[in-house]
Amino acid sequence: MSYSYLYARRRIVNMVSLSISVFTMLFGLFWLGWILWTLLDNGLPGLSLHVFTQSTPPPGSNGGLINAIVGSLMMVFVGVLIGTPIGILAGTYLAEFGQRGWLAPLTRFINDILLSAPSIVIGIFVYAVYVAKVGHFAGWGGAFALAILVIPVVLRTTENMLRLVPNSLREAAAALGAPQWKVISFVTLRAARAGILTGILLAVARISGETAPLLFTALNNQFWSSDMNKPLSNLPVVIFQFAMSPYEDWQKLAWAGALIITLSVLTLNILARVLFRQKANSQ
Amino acid sequence: MPTFLQEARLKRQVVQDLLFRNLTRLAAFAVLALLAAIIASLVVGSMPAIHAFGFGFLTSSVWDPVKDEYGALIPIVGTLVTSGIALLIAIPVSFGIAIFLTELSPNWLRRPLGIAVELLAGIPSIIYGMWGLFVFAPLFGDYVEPWINNHIGKMPFIGPFFSGPPMGIGMLTAGIILAIMVIPFIASVMRDVFDVVPAMLKESAYGLGSTTWEVMWNVVLPYTRIGVVGGIMLGLGRALGETMAVTFVIGNANQLNKSLFMPGNSIASALANEFNEAVGTLYTSSLIELGLILFFITFVVLSLARLLLLKMAQREGHGA
Repeated sequence: MSYSYLYARRRIVNMVSLSISVFTMLFGLFWLGWILWTLLDNGLPGLSLHVFTQSTPPPGSNGGLINAIVGSLMMVFVGVLIGTPIGILAGTYLAEFGQRGWLAPLTRFINDILLSAPSIVIGIFVYAVYVAKVGHFAGWGGAFALAILVIPVVLRTTENMLRLVPNSLREAAAALGAPQWKVISFVTLRAARAGILTGILLAVARISGETAPLLFTALNNQFWSSDMNKPLSNLPVVIFQFAMSPYEDWQKLAWAGALIITLSVLTLNILARVLFRQKANSQ
Repeated sequence: MPTFLQEARLKRQVVQDLLFRNLTRLAAFAVLALLAAIIASLVVGSMPAIHAFGFGFLTSSVWDPVKDEYGALIPIVGTLVTSGIALLIAIPVSFGIAIFLTELSPNWLRRPLGIAVELLAGIPSIIYGMWGLFVFAPLFGDYVEPWINNHIGKMPFIGPFFSGPPMGIGMLTAGIILAIMVIPFIASVMRDVFDVVPAMLKESAYGLGSTTWEVMWNVVLPYTRIGVVGGIMLGLGRALGETMAVTFVIGNANQLNKSLFMPGNSIASALANEFNEAVGTLYTSSLIELGLILFFITFVVLSLARLLLLKMAQREGHGA
């Protein structure tokens, strides 16, 4: 009698908790679906050719986002250009030379913290060491802040990918008489190429939507400008300012910008995964 | 090839190797230097505020740019409260998602669902903010908050926290949106650590007649405890420093309120709103000190997270 009660209770507990588990999965997907739906619903009507041909307008008139798109692309490009080599080199050190000593474990640890450190603090840092020194907001500052965010992402993937390269490859190259720097740059780094590219794509995806570090560095520029030495317009800050404004046409542009950013970031994310999967399959 | 040429070549290779090795070492060192520079610049920047207010900065709730008096209590409390709400929601949900992904999901669904969860993590935080302000907050204020007011708001003890004007924006809304943002981080760490539980262990429990839930709760969870806590800390670290999503929906009012429906302020949102408008050394310096406090808190939390996850990884190494 008591046994059948126990069994029934265990079965019910199991069923209830597993149903909750299914429910939480749907719960997670529900938000993703809702947010994407909102973006499409509000962003698509605002997407017109103007968005890609005209600069940000004063309230009440027509305009687009081309200055913000170009500014964002410039800063992301420069940020990746500065951050990637440092990340790859440091990741190479951790994977290839870091077996002994204190530098590698400590760097790995600090890097993991920098990976999740609040990006707004990076903005303050660049403000203090660059913007305050030169005396004005500038696109370079935004690019530096983004570069700091790129480094940990690239470093981590580079290290992980280099560790996946089989040791026999290194040994074979070394046995042919290649010096270590040649082994690393022409054999191991090359073998890990796709994985490292994945890391760079993920880094681009990460910084494309970053707003907080740009607020105090690049700020914004209402007009067309491609001068990295002046305040530079960029999509995230434009979205922030336009969305918080009371003007309906500005808010409409903000939604269009939000759709553009999200679609590019999600595309990059998926691209990175596809790329990595191909690489994993070919091995 | 004559011997002296070979020797010269060998020597050159030794020099090249040394250069390459030190170049990569320099890059690794640059990462450490970067962290040191960030901390140093924050400390230097907040010196005027530290001199002016001392430790009182942490316990004062005054934030008055006109009188040039500043205290960090309200933003600190706001940051902790919103992150706390986020964790309360995100931990059980992430646990459920991780169980689904490791135990329940059919194989063909596992990968797409995993990617979907990670895409949720990839959406920029400003998008969460916009969606929260324009879509979620109005609905929340119109339908959910009045309901909470009527049902939970009248309960003893916890009632005062859940009653107040249903405005839609406020600490509770910010906490909920933070929860949605950190769920993917916590869920994917949980899934990864659940995946390393030896199949033998689980099968033994199933063999003894355990239900799936019993295996998860009594075998998998204890085995991965350290890693799970590490994942939660990682999510907490994210939630504490999240800026844009919170800035949109928290209401940005420098007030301390029992009710979670009321607007508040977090460190990150105070920085985002005020830093560019700050005039005067003390104002700017106080904001930089806020940044320093935020950095310190997240640094401690993230260090703990990493140490726990490292311990988990080591244990996994021993077990195998």
